[in-house]
Amino acid sequence: MAVDKNMHVLIVDDYKTMLRIIRNLLRQIGFVNIDEATDGSMALQMMRGGNYGLVISDWNMEPMTGLQLLREVRSDAKLKNTPFIMVTAESKSENVIAAKEAGVSNYIVKPFNAETLQAKMVSVLGEF
Amino acid sequence: MSSTVDRDLALHLEALRKQMGDTVKVEEVGDVVRSLLMSLSGDVSAGDLRLYSEVQALATYIHNAKMEIAALRPQDIQQQYIASATDELDAIVGATENATNAILDAAEKLESLTDDTVPEVGQRLTEQITLIYEACNFQDITGQRITKVVRALKHIEERIDALVLAFGPEVKDTDKPSEQTSAQTLSDEELLNGPQLPEKAHDQAAIDALFDNS
Repeated sequence: MAVDKNMHVLIVDDYKTMLRIIRNLLRQIGFVNIDEATDGSMALQMMRGGNYGLVISDWNMEPMTGLQLLREVRSDAKLKNTPFIMVTAESKSENVIAAKEAGVSNYIVKPFNAETLQAKMVSVLGEF
Repeated sequence: MSSTVDRDLALHLEALRKQMGDTVKVEEVGDVVRSLLMSLSGDVSAGDLRLYSEVQALATYIHNAKMEIAALRPQDIQQQYIASATDELDAIVGATENATNAILDAAEKLESLTDDTVPEVGQRLTEQITLIYEACNFQDITGQRITKVVRALKHIEERIDALVLAFGPEVKDTDKPSEQTSAQTLSDEELLNGPQLPEKAHDQAAIDALFDNS
């Protein structure tokens, strides 16, 4: 089944420029319904009130980190199946393992390029 | 204790003087000292003297260390250098963020023009604009790296605080003015300060005024 490019995507990052970069890259590949949050707790609130087909989240944020957000999402009956891609500068193996154990759908290390973002989205959502 | 030791010591020295005279040969000094130490009893033993000597050496070492730390002017390191370095790093984050936003503004405007041109050119433009978006990743990475450096500086500041607290006011307060504030004539090297923080920097109008009035 083809991916619906009208799905709502939530991007989460405490750097406004990074939100802008990801939003532009998503727009270039055809995704137009994009919302932004600047930390995990804001994202969780938005997810509980919305219907997101994908979350692209940074890890290192305050007060709620991306990993905490992921754990909250995976333990929430309504949200637990939401595809979740971590986009972060945290590149140690223990980070990747912790994110995998928490149920992350895929993991992108910053700095990243458009090709990597698209490839990871395809691996999580299917071809689009 | 010291008056008893002094009196005993005087008696022992008098006894030695009677026995060996006022002048002692160099090779006999060892015997004199050994005889003196063996004759001491009561409050002071040879071990006590060695211990006293060690403690005195330690006290001298600590005193010298305190003086050396005071000469480093830990207050200056805390209040001037570390605070200044932190401000400079914050300014770097602010400046790169502004620059990144300006680049993104321009790239977005260019992208909005791609529909007005022929498809092949539009496609090539879009590819290049994507590269610009990707390159702007640097701002997030440098921001995070700088945050780590600021944390390290704060840790150093805390350690200096602990050192000053442990060594007391003689390390904290030094009357000697820092070289930078007392210097009347600045060398060529001292004139090289690099870019000023935005709130401290003169704008072009202020520079013009300074230039015209000096």
